[in-house]
Amino acid sequence: MSQLELTGVGREVRLPDGGVLPILTGVDLAVDAGEHVAVVGRSGSGKSTLLNVLGLLDSPTSGAYLLDGQDTARLRGRRRARLRGECFGFVFQQFNLLPRRTAVENVAAPLLYARGRAFLTRRRTAAEMLDRVGLGARLDTIPEKLSGGEQQRVAIARALVRRPRVVLADEPTGALDVETGRAVMALLAEATAEQGAALITITHDPAIAALADRQLRLAAGRLTAGVPA
Amino acid sequence: MIGLLGTLAEAWSEVRVHKARVVLSLVGVFLAVFAMTGVTALGLIVTQVQQEQAERYGGRSATVSVSAYDVATGTAADGAEWDTAVGDLLTRYGITQYASIAYTDALVRFPAGTQQLQTMDVSPSYGFLHRIEPIAGRWFVDADRSSLSPALVVNEFVLDQLGGGPFTGPRAVVLGGAEPVTATVVGVVKNDGGDYPVVYRIDESGTPGRGQGPGGYGGGSSLELWVPPAQVDDVVTALTNDLGRVLPGYQVSAYRLDSPGVADGLATLRLAIRGAGAVVLLLGGLGVFNVGMMAVRQRIREIGIRRSFGATSGRVFAAIMLESVVATLLAGVVAVGLAVVVVRNLPVADWFNGGVPLADVPGFPVQAAVEGLVAAAGVGALAGLLPALVAVRVKVIDAIRY
Repeated sequence: MSQLELTGVGREVRLPDGGVLPILTGVDLAVDAGEHVAVVGRSGSGKSTLLNVLGLLDSPTSGAYLLDGQDTARLRGRRRARLRGECFGFVFQQFNLLPRRTAVENVAAPLLYARGRAFLTRRRTAAEMLDRVGLGARLDTIPEKLSGGEQQRVAIARALVRRPRVVLADEPTGALDVETGRAVMALLAEATAEQGAALITITHDPAIAALADRQLRLAAGRLTAGVPA
Repeated sequence: MIGLLGTLAEAWSEVRVHKARVVLSLVGVFLAVFAMTGVTALGLIVTQVQQEQAERYGGRSATVSVSAYDVATGTAADGAEWDTAVGDLLTRYGITQYASIAYTDALVRFPAGTQQLQTMDVSPSYGFLHRIEPIAGRWFVDADRSSLSPALVVNEFVLDQLGGGPFTGPRAVVLGGAEPVTATVVGVVKNDGGDYPVVYRIDESGTPGRGQGPGGYGGGSSLELWVPPAQVDDVVTALTNDLGRVLPGYQVSAYRLDSPGVADGLATLRLAIRGAGAVVLLLGGLGVFNVGMMAVRQRIREIGIRRSFGATSGRVFAAIMLESVVATLLAGVVAVGLAVVVVRNLPVADWFNGGVPLADVPGFPVQAAVEGLVAAAGVGALAGLLPALVAVRVKVIDAIRY
């Protein structure tokens, strides 16, 4: 059984004039534990929507999405939010760090929603994770004083701090220069693999996609195998 | 438990990081609650002052004055007759609070010469009925009635004429006449409205020839009765009829002495003050609400990010509400505390009562303090409610892109 399994997933939005705009159409995707999958596509192809559906931030309007065999269509409210926090780590293109919080506070933030020991030891865990991504000396630095590469490394540490089963990265190198981007991507892939988590990277950069075990192409809301030439 | 700790930790983190905004909203609530509590408390004190001023002249609500005069000669009723008649009446109607008043002339020997002054001979209860509060010494007590030296309470003007400087203790003064007697000034009241002499004299004392009846109801004088306001008309009618029957040949006069309109006026004043307090709080609450709404708009992206961490909508709602309620309540506590300190230390008597001490100095109105705290919590809840609802209703994916 795959960790994630999408079958015929579609996502449409209703337009103000009453029309319907399809964003994803008949998407089939299965991702196994520890697998690194890259989804490549142009802007507006539905990449981010696919990521939102996978990360339980959005719901498909058709098809089925099974997470560890569990139908996510039945998940509502609190359970859905809990599962999102426990199963997924997000890395965003613009880092999305909490402003004016130090690096360690940012990394510890997801653990505020954890339970038991994970909550109580959140600062120590966050510091260890920052140390793992090479920022052990910048624990108390706020994001505004970190470089783009450092900010994304904080975001990676934050995505991994709850030991998620899947890391979803939306254009993780989009705001970085090529060299820094590659270094960050290598770190993301390595740290994710260490935890045995699956990594799904959304990117428009074939070079970044080439780092993945499997490359998929998203065009006009349809997902196909392979990378565009 | 962990969930609650997490919510608290989150709220505290928000307060710490957004110090400027929190302080700004706290200042708004603080000022609003301080103003509302202070204005309400001051208003209640001022109405107390107004009430006491009105009651110094007309007596407490409701005071009925009753007297009887010989129709033919215009002289007051005989002391013994009056005492008997009035004593029966008071017993029959169960009236326990009353004061006797009579006006007599006395020759007072001042250092600069003897002057004839009118004295107001009253029973000790007159001070209670008219809220007389000496600024030095004391008012009459029952024991003064058996003293061989008649007790006097004079105003500052008379005290100045007596000489001897500030009043530090009982002071002897000779009341001249055929049989001079040494009276004792036991207290001093404030000059009230001008430089003219005011001398209160205990209605009975060991002095012979005062014309009192055996019952001590101030024979040959008038009597003031303190009765429930709702029964004042019945009492006036009963007094007039019953005394008229037992004192044939006398014209009985009974009427309400205090001004019944004062109570209504004060009620209106209290209402106006509370209305002003509510408006002040409303304005302060609007300020807090604005700050709260702006803060949530600024934090929408952050809320979206937290939702991606697994924050439930309930958790987001609780964190924003908690932040708002706790912060405003804290500001409310400080504001009420400051209002208590300020209002209690204001020279209320000097400002509003011409320097006359209040007979019933009102403590800080508990009602105002409780209202202030409830209002602070209410403002916090209201100011936090809409932002919290906005935060919960925003779509996570829209919030992250915000």
